[in-house]
Order: sequence, then structure tokens, then C-alpha cells
Amino acid sequence: MVQLTLPKNSRIRTGKTWPKPHGATNLRKFQIYRWNPDTGENPSVDTYFVDMDTCGPMVLDALIKIKTEIDPTLTFRRSCREGICGSCAMNIDGINTLACIYGLDEIKGDVKIYPLPHLSVVKDLIPDLTHWYAQHASIQPWLETKTNRPQKEWRQSIEDRKKLDGLYECVMCACCSTACPSYWWNSDRFLGPAALLHAYRWIVDSRDEATGERLDALEDPFKLYRCHTIMNCTKTCPKGLNPAKAISEIKKLMVNRQV
Amino acid sequence: MRYLTARKRAEGKGAAGTGTETHWYMTVSGAGLAVMLPFFLFIIGRALGSSYEEVVATFSHPIPAILTGLFLVVGLQHFIRGCHTMIEDYVGGTARKLLVVFVITFSYFLMAAGLFALAKLVL
Repeated sequence: MVQLTLPKNSRIRTGKTWPKPHGATNLRKFQIYRWNPDTGENPSVDTYFVDMDTCGPMVLDALIKIKTEIDPTLTFRRSCREGICGSCAMNIDGINTLACIYGLDEIKGDVKIYPLPHLSVVKDLIPDLTHWYAQHASIQPWLETKTNRPQKEWRQSIEDRKKLDGLYECVMCACCSTACPSYWWNSDRFLGPAALLHAYRWIVDSRDEATGERLDALEDPFKLYRCHTIMNCTKTCPKGLNPAKAISEIKKLMVNRQV
Repeated sequence: MRYLTARKRAEGKGAAGTGTETHWYMTVSGAGLAVMLPFFLFIIGRALGSSYEEVVATFSHPIPAILTGLFLVVGLQHFIRGCHTMIEDYVGGTARKLLVVFVITFSYFLMAAGLFALAKLVL
């Protein structure tokens, strides 16, 4: 259900302003969300100044620089640094995106970094994705077959394989789901764009033999139909995918098997 | 505190087995209303400011009468389903159920009153 205000323990207060690096002339201001569950205090926004002459071009470069040189307690997920693992998803300058492929030159003014919206925070920029992963698992993201396993492999035509393009590339960063107001308000029952994109990836796979069961599992006013085609998911996807289209394709299939 | 696994929470009560019917109805009725609306507004616009006899004459014609009746029925059915979804998004708990019941009851009352008024006007 809609929540119009933050809970009392989530209201953000002004945090610490860290000292500017000595001798630096090309400084950039970073405002970063901080929350430590051990202190029991409300979250805050700390201010850091980064010497851009000695910093890489991406937001993640700046975060790593801050962690290495200014504040080692700053906590965030990162791994591949090239937009493949989806670990460093966060809200940068009001946009859910991957810090490793979001250039600092794309941001005007101060750089504001928050964790992905409307999820419980584990610490600082790390959101709790437990429920989101469980939703992903619930759509059974694997090949379901009933025919006996072939001797060599499940064959697929080039045309059928092409249907998976724009779907299989999802890196599961959760940017889309956490940009969706419907998911913010009904994440307990609405699967969200990421899980539905993956659901469609298996529904449309010519080798999968559980299409009916998969559609049955989505036949629900909340699991699928809570998508109101707001399209924030498509707008924000750092990989340029189109979850809204995948959801509308599922809806079309739902109608096609009834009408 | 409930010791539920993440998967149990994600699965919830499972799929309700409905949703497509509402989605299809909203799509079709939305398209129908988009077609009907300009004609309906034209008829109402022309009747506005006319004398009682002229209004009766307008609505005694089968096309304006049928169009008005259809607009009332389809429009309010569309309204009920749209409101239902909106209430589910914005209201929770018992208030949600009460509001849904109220909207459905009120809409059917409006529909009945509108059809009665139309019938009284044209018959």
C-alpha cells in the first residue's frame, strides 16, 4: 500500500562533513547516505570532497576513492566494475543505476548517492534484496521440461533464440523493481519488473515445456496485473532492457489463451 | 515475529487465478469509451441549454438514447474496476474492503438511477 512519508527511524538527518583533501584544486562534492544498524541512530547524509584530478571517471571510482582515502567505513557492494554483475546498483542523482557504468560527467552539480529506494537497508548503500531474490526464485528461472532429456542438447532455431535477446542480458541489479511505484507499494504481492522480465524469458523460451504452468502462476491481480505500465523500469534499466514490454507480452499471452 | 522463509513470503497464498478478465475488460471498455466519448459529449453539448421538449426530442431518438445508456453502463463498469485497483493501491486493511463495497454499491446505484432517468425521459 502507498506510503507517503518515511517511518520515523528512516528520516534522514544531516551527517558529517569530511575535510577537503589538502592541496587539491579540482574538488567535487559528494553527498552520500549513511546508516549503521549498530548505532541505532537515524540515517544521515555525509558530505565528502573528492579530488577529481586523481579520480577515475565513474561514480564507482569515486566511491572506491572515498573508501580508500577518506572514510573506510563507507559500505557498498561492488564487484566486476563493468556493468556485468549488477552489484553496485544504487540511486545516483535520483536515478537507479550501476555506479560502475555511470559517468561522473553525466551528473550536474553535487553527486548525491542513496541506496536503491524503498528497500530495507543493511548498511549505508547496501539494500536488503532477500525478498527480491525470493521473488525471482518463485518464478522458477530454469528450463522446465517434460520430454525425456535428449542425447545431446535441447535444440532451438535461430529465430527462437532471437526471442531471448533483450531478456537474457538482465544482470539482476534490481534497479527496475526499485524504480517502480507499484513495487514500492505492493512488493509483498507484486513480483515487480525484474522477476516478470525473467518469467517472460522462460515463457518465451521455445525449449521450455511449462508455459501453461508459468502463466497460471502469474494469473493474479497482484503478481502480474499490479503493473500499471508506469515504465520507470524501462527508463531506468542500466542495461537498456525493456521490462515493461516483457510484462505487456505476458499480458498478451494471458489474453490470447482466453480469447 | 513470524519465522517465515523468504520464499514462503514471496509465494504468499499463490496465484488467485484471476486478473486477465479484468485486464481484458478494461482494455476493451477503455477503447469503447474512447470511441463513444466524443459522440456522447456532442449529444450532451447540443442538449445543454435547450428547452425540456427539445431535450426529450433529442433523447427520444434511438441513437442518443442507446449511446447514453451504453456510456452509463460501460463507463460505470469501467469506473468500478479502475477504482477497485486504485483503492487496493492506496488503502489497506478493513477500510480497503469497505471502500470497495461502497464504490461498487454507489456505482450500481448511479447506473440504475441514470438508466431510470433515461427511460423516464425517452419512454
